[in-house]
Amino acid sequence: MEAHVVGNLIVAALLALGLWAGRAIRKNRLWREALAEVWRRRWGSVLVIALFVGIALLDSIAWIGGETKGEDVVAANEARSVIDRAFAGVAEESYSAPLADVTFYEKFALNDPGGHLLGTDILGRDVLYRTLKGARVALLIGGFTSAIAIPLALLLGVTAGYFGGRWDDLVFFVMSTLASIPSLLLLIAIVMALGRGTWQVCFALGVTSWVGLSRVSRGETLKLRELDYVQAARALGVSEARILWRHIVPNLFHLVIITFVLLFSGLVISETILSYLGIGVDGSWGQMIDQARNELAREPIVWWNIAAAGTAIFALLLAVNLVGDALRDVLDPRTARERE
Amino acid sequence: MAAYVIRRLAYGFGVVLGVLGLLFVLFFTVASPDDIARRALGEKARQSAIDQWKANHGYDRPLLPSFAEGGLRNNLLYDHYRRMLTFDFGHSDVDGVPIGERLARGAPASLALMIPLFLIEIALAIAVGLFVAVFRGTYIDRMGVFLCVLLMSLPILLQIIGAQYLIAKLLSWFPLSGFSRDPDVIARFLALPVLVGVISGVGGEVRFLRTVFVEETSRDYVRTARAKGASEMRVMLRHVLRNSLIPVLTRVLLTIPFLFTGSLLLEAFFGIPGLGGITVDAINANDFATLRVMVFIGALAFVVTQIITDVSYALVDPRVRLE
Amino acid sequence: MTQPALRIENLRITFPNAGQRLPVVDGVSFEIARGEVLALVGESGCGKSMTAFAAMRLVPKPGAIEGVIELNGRDITKLPVPEMRKVRGTQLGMIFQEPMTSLSPVLRAGEQVVEAIRLHEKVSHGEARKRVIELFERVRIPDAEQRFDAYPHQLSGGLKQRVMIAMALATKPQVLIADEPTTALDVTIQAQVLELMRELQRESDAAILLITHDLGVVNELADRVAVMYAGRIVELGKREDVLARPRHPYTVGLLKSMPGLAQPGERLHEIAGVVPPPTEWTAACRFASRCPRVIEKCSASAPAQTALGDGHWAACFAVEQEGAR
Repeated sequence: MEAHVVGNLIVAALLALGLWAGRAIRKNRLWREALAEVWRRRWGSVLVIALFVGIALLDSIAWIGGETKGEDVVAANEARSVIDRAFAGVAEESYSAPLADVTFYEKFALNDPGGHLLGTDILGRDVLYRTLKGARVALLIGGFTSAIAIPLALLLGVTAGYFGGRWDDLVFFVMSTLASIPSLLLLIAIVMALGRGTWQVCFALGVTSWVGLSRVSRGETLKLRELDYVQAARALGVSEARILWRHIVPNLFHLVIITFVLLFSGLVISETILSYLGIGVDGSWGQMIDQARNELAREPIVWWNIAAAGTAIFALLLAVNLVGDALRDVLDPRTARERE
Repeated sequence: MAAYVIRRLAYGFGVVLGVLGLLFVLFFTVASPDDIARRALGEKARQSAIDQWKANHGYDRPLLPSFAEGGLRNNLLYDHYRRMLTFDFGHSDVDGVPIGERLARGAPASLALMIPLFLIEIALAIAVGLFVAVFRGTYIDRMGVFLCVLLMSLPILLQIIGAQYLIAKLLSWFPLSGFSRDPDVIARFLALPVLVGVISGVGGEVRFLRTVFVEETSRDYVRTARAKGASEMRVMLRHVLRNSLIPVLTRVLLTIPFLFTGSLLLEAFFGIPGLGGITVDAINANDFATLRVMVFIGALAFVVTQIITDVSYALVDPRVRLE
Repeated sequence: MTQPALRIENLRITFPNAGQRLPVVDGVSFEIARGEVLALVGESGCGKSMTAFAAMRLVPKPGAIEGVIELNGRDITKLPVPEMRKVRGTQLGMIFQEPMTSLSPVLRAGEQVVEAIRLHEKVSHGEARKRVIELFERVRIPDAEQRFDAYPHQLSGGLKQRVMIAMALATKPQVLIADEPTTALDVTIQAQVLELMRELQRESDAAILLITHDLGVVNELADRVAVMYAGRIVELGKREDVLARPRHPYTVGLLKSMPGLAQPGERLHEIAGVVPPPTEWTAACRFASRCPRVIEKCSASAPAQTALGDGHWAACFAVEQEGAR
């Protein structure tokens, strides 16, 4: 199956997931009130996140064909997303300032004067276009990796805490070993070993980020295991799997959400560092920043590249962090008491 | 207590062995010596050139132990463990320079950067954390927390670039980059990287410490202290801080490994010839031998720090001491 | 008549809730004379602990205090904070409910009592230490000198509570507030601590505000009793009067539901319904929905105090109608 078809299916799956989650939340009063409170406090940030998610989704819906604006035939046979099509056919030769009519240094006339809202980069690509495409990459790095790392972390942590014994010893040892290597170094090591590429980077990011949640969920499970109603369930002969699923895991939800939010920004920032080192993901904002580093030294300076990417990262991460904090305040039973 | 320390050391050693195992998997099996040779020589190199390269760099032995004649010792796995554990780091895959020597030259520069950074960051974080905790719930608290979140949302890369551009280029307060071992001049070169390092790290620290302090402040014994008529300052310092020492200590010691990674960027951007710079060069040059050693050193530092943390728990909290 | 050691008049404590200020203590008034023990009795949620905190001005933010609190004739609600701190350590002492968590785990027990002294008196550490060891002996902590250096987790619950008592008494306060001092202790230890408190009280002539939900404790220690329900005092009087001849329907029900007073085989009495939370409090009688003697007036306005002789009164329309007997 081709890449773009997979992408389309994933978008469909995500939308379906979103609808299902929406309905599930509406039925559960606790969640409904919690989310309403988060919206009340941080609706701006929520909108920002929604914006980025929307852009990323638009960039993930791709198909082959349709009209092209004077490019080569190759482009017509490649899968292009909604965003790709919106910006088709506006490439320039080289740098140009935002909304300029001429190229920045040579002052040649542009193919699309005044049409580049954020200017163009060294290869003449529209900066706004590249910034929007970066949204998908960022969400891939942050969201997709978390979506893999978190269930893995939960699985290992909860089973280790619940069943104890040899399995716990093994998991704990693996956790200690991985945790002993400074995560950036481990990240670099894995990517160097696996080679460059989006999936390799995501895998490496996943491997280096599951340990934290795993340790915490193991600790929580150890505590939860001793609770009266869990003991009662075991005494009644309820199967272990059912106990785990119905009693232990739901108590970890608030932890999971908070971890997801914190992890997200950590992952995006890590990727920027990897991009700086030349082993990041293609098309990411980190790559834009890395490429833009040299531009600041020029006279006159080229600022719009790094400004666009920097603003985008900052806006997304700030929004995610603020919403995450609000979520944590609302869900954590202890701070909830303070509010009353 | 002695038994506890010994147990901790033993487990730490076990973890170090685990780390070495992981490194072996990554750097000898996932990326095999053939791959490494190809990356150094180019994809199209002939097999004979690859074999020669491998022989030159000591990669020409069997990978794993075998029961053949002398096979238990004459393999890369055994070599890897033996040499790492005896700190016999060998030579760089790229330029043949003895890695150990390079480390010795780079270490002082890294320490000159890391130690002031570490000390300033902790002192600042604890002071600000306590301050904000005293004013919890008020405007000061909310502003403080928001500021921290702001700092945490700005990738360190941008902070470095921004600082270099604004302070070094525009304002010319400090040099853009560079280093000197001359004690009179060294402060000027370190000022900006230390500043950036502290600012980028302090946001997360203050958030965490504030949470810890606020939680301790809501405990019953704080109420008792207030009932005795103690001032808020005394309550914070003598009761809250003392009781928060375990999480504070944990967090503080946890930042030490991050000094390694943060120093990676700081050294690279500010031209400081330390361990971080060596690592970045190794990455750019695909120098696996050096990279292996750097990761090992980082992990070793982490394990040692962890052991020190655990042991100091016992010193700090009388409840742990008597286990 | 000599001045009461502690006088509380029209005390209201409010907390913000969904934009409004909700009272948790609503118009409480009482006096305690020197050498007297007043027990404030009620179930959880009636506001008795808050009243105690208010007397120390330790009500947690964002709570607000209204009303008069006089300590030896001096209104302490308006005192600036540094002044109040001095008052707290020297004229007011408090014993808290949970000895387990009320002592700092990382400081030695004796040191924490020394702190109570040295915060307000200029004495040397050695001098303070001697006094503390004497105090420990007075509160009957065995091996006082060794226990001085012990950490709280090395002490049993009963011992910890004695340390708390020593701490509260260290500066010879005129008013002592004890918030459920024995609730967290084992029954046998409870008896010992109560006996200790009785002795100390006789010796020191302090006024004691005793917060409790346990009528057995009331019987052991109290001279007078105030019964609280839903933020108000519903009955107040001498111990004998209130316990033997209760008039307010709530007090009657409370006493009847004590397991100790029931006959074997008899069904335990219970008061139907549940205690209303502050959000459901009305301006009228708050016990009306559960009261066996409810009349129409009860849902219209709040009952005034009906004097029953000798300082004994009850706030109830039904009692008012009967007249003092």
